Amino acid sequence: MDLTYTEEEEDFRARLRAWLARTLPELPPRPDPLDWPGRRAYDMGWQRRLYDAGYAGLHWPADAGGQGATPTQHLIFLEETEKAGAPYVGANFVGLLHAGPTIASEGTPEQRARWLPPVLRGDEVWCQGFSEPDAGSDLASLRTRAWRDGDHYVVSGSKIWTSHAEVADWCELLVRTTPVSEAVPKHRGISWLAMPMDAPGITVRPLRTLAGSTEFAEMFLDEVRVPVANRVGAENDGWRVTMVTLSYERGTAFVGEVVACRRVLGELAREARKNGRWDDAVLRRRLGRLSAEFGALWRLTQWNVSESQRSGGVPGVGGSVFKLRYSHARQELYEAAGEVLGAGSLDLDHEWTLDRLSSLSYTIAAGTSQIQQNIVAERILGLPKGR
Amino acid sequence: MDFQLTEDQRALRGGVRDLLEGRFDVRAALDEGSSLDRGLWKELGDAGFFSLMVPEADGGVGLGLPEAVLVFEEAGRALLTGPLVGTFLAAGSLQGAASGEVVVTCSLGSLVPWLDEADVVLGGGVEGAVPFRSLDPLTPLHRLPGSGGFAHPSRPAGRLPKARAGVGAAAEAVDGDLADLLVAAEQLGSGGKTLEMAVRYARERTQFGRAIGGFQAVKHLCAQMLVRVEVARGAVYAAAVTGDVLEIAGAKLLADEAAVHNARDCLQVHGGMGFTWEADVHLHLKRAWVRAGLGRSAAQAEEELAAAL
Repeated sequence: MDLTYTEEEEDFRARLRAWLARTLPELPPRPDPLDWPGRRAYDMGWQRRLYDAGYAGLHWPADAGGQGATPTQHLIFLEETEKAGAPYVGANFVGLLHAGPTIASEGTPEQRARWLPPVLRGDEVWCQGFSEPDAGSDLASLRTRAWRDGDHYVVSGSKIWTSHAEVADWCELLVRTTPVSEAVPKHRGISWLAMPMDAPGITVRPLRTLAGSTEFAEMFLDEVRVPVANRVGAENDGWRVTMVTLSYERGTAFVGEVVACRRVLGELAREARKNGRWDDAVLRRRLGRLSAEFGALWRLTQWNVSESQRSGGVPGVGGSVFKLRYSHARQELYEAAGEVLGAGSLDLDHEWTLDRLSSLSYTIAAGTSQIQQNIVAERILGLPKGR
Repeated sequence: MDFQLTEDQRALRGGVRDLLEGRFDVRAALDEGSSLDRGLWKELGDAGFFSLMVPEADGGVGLGLPEAVLVFEEAGRALLTGPLVGTFLAAGSLQGAASGEVVVTCSLGSLVPWLDEADVVLGGGVEGAVPFRSLDPLTPLHRLPGSGGFAHPSRPAGRLPKARAGVGAAAEAVDGDLADLLVAAEQLGSGGKTLEMAVRYARERTQFGRAIGGFQAVKHLCAQMLVRVEVARGAVYAAAVTGDVLEIAGAKLLADEAAVHNARDCLQVHGGMGFTWEADVHLHLKRAWVRAGLGRSAAQAEEELAAAL
């Protein structure tokens, strides 16, 4: 068990810190968090700077245009960028963390050449078209159909919770290419398509979240033609391809956020000392407990990263365990922020207010806590499948 | 950075597990009542259990805190009895402690375990200690007079040395931080064991025509048990690697919680069986409560961590 970083890793950290110190002051002012077109422009500008400096797709393999960095270097990158207050991956989230790694792992050389460079350069934004009104947590029940018509699929159906659809160029779309029957159970017969968002027949209707944001949308597909060449992986093999994507989502998505939560906790303590709330022992102890929580979650992150480094970079099942605890701890952090701020917590212009609202999605998005508990119980603990 | 067990550490853990499975039976210990198995104590000494962190030059094993934590985790899994922490702390300085010939206890907070069975009290200061009927049938306890419950020797923020030459002389004060980390490691082992017990039971026990582990309500209890144990593991192992006193406070807090709550959930999964003397569940719960009462309390750990924010 070793928590010291190698000389090479510390060099990498020092170079990154120096670059961040030079680069961050040059960034334009941040857009309004509810202005998604503005956020797209801002986030992609940041991505372009990362690309020019050689930090784009750090953890992607070199033959996919990435830097082939080790999981530990990726961890250092997320830690340092968060500590320095650099922009979050934002609108590029799906491209960089879902669709990109999936195409890098499962795509043909032509597909990798077509789709990966624009993600890394910050030229194209992806959205995620997985969920449907009747297929959220039960993703395999999706019904959006795709028929073959020559060298095209014709796609009809509807999607919901389509992240970043409003500003996306491409959609990672799951469709049913073979109807469910006794011979074809629901996990089979699904295919993974890259759908251009400017194709005729697509209607995007942004959904307003309880935070007032339109980070996701409903999407209606009416005989949308998608080239067969845009299918990643074999026909009807989309479920397995998707599991590749989800393992990345659960494995790496929250690393930087633990660092952010520890920073916010420190700010909460400073604020409480300033406004007198620190004298409340119950609140003080609550913050102390959260400090233990986030400290342990950071160590668990390092544990998971070390494990994935040993297994050749594939994120392990530890991601589900981490997400279960992290999503609740994050919500508790912002509940505590409400206690510290008192009436100030009702001010929508306070940054913690919006974060408090958005934290409510953490136990739902990317697999609800209930589904995650089933995954942990069945896949890690080996309990029988059931209801 | 490679925050995973090395091959040697895995081998050490496996060796201790085999030794305890072959030599210690908690049910037999229960039949013995509250007397210490001195033969076992000697065998533990011969195996290097107590001298693990004593330098090789002084006849010890010469390993560090991470290895000590792995060994104490196994002790917690097995519900090993006796004043393990006191004897371990005395091994470097007190003749006979390392070999297990001399049984050493110490006060941890307001409690002294195994006082009547011990030959030496590390750090002394137990005059007027009052015995009481211990909740845990396998841990006799004395209470120190006048202690409000929070009395606990603690150092200012800083780091423990990686390997300590001559751990705690008999005359020295007890190293409360090192003791807390070892207790936390035992809690981690117990939390992991009750998780295993719950999962095994949930797979075997049928109700309504199927294994109860197929029911979501039971599954979710088990999943949360794993989450607790893994979060505590991250905290305990990291505290052992860094020796950081605040990390030790966090590790004690989270490991206490993992051991106590996992034992409670294990009892719940066992249903009526869990409420019987016959099932081992209550032994884990009672010991977890005792360990939570040794050294830092949750309130104390939380205040320390808050003060550092």
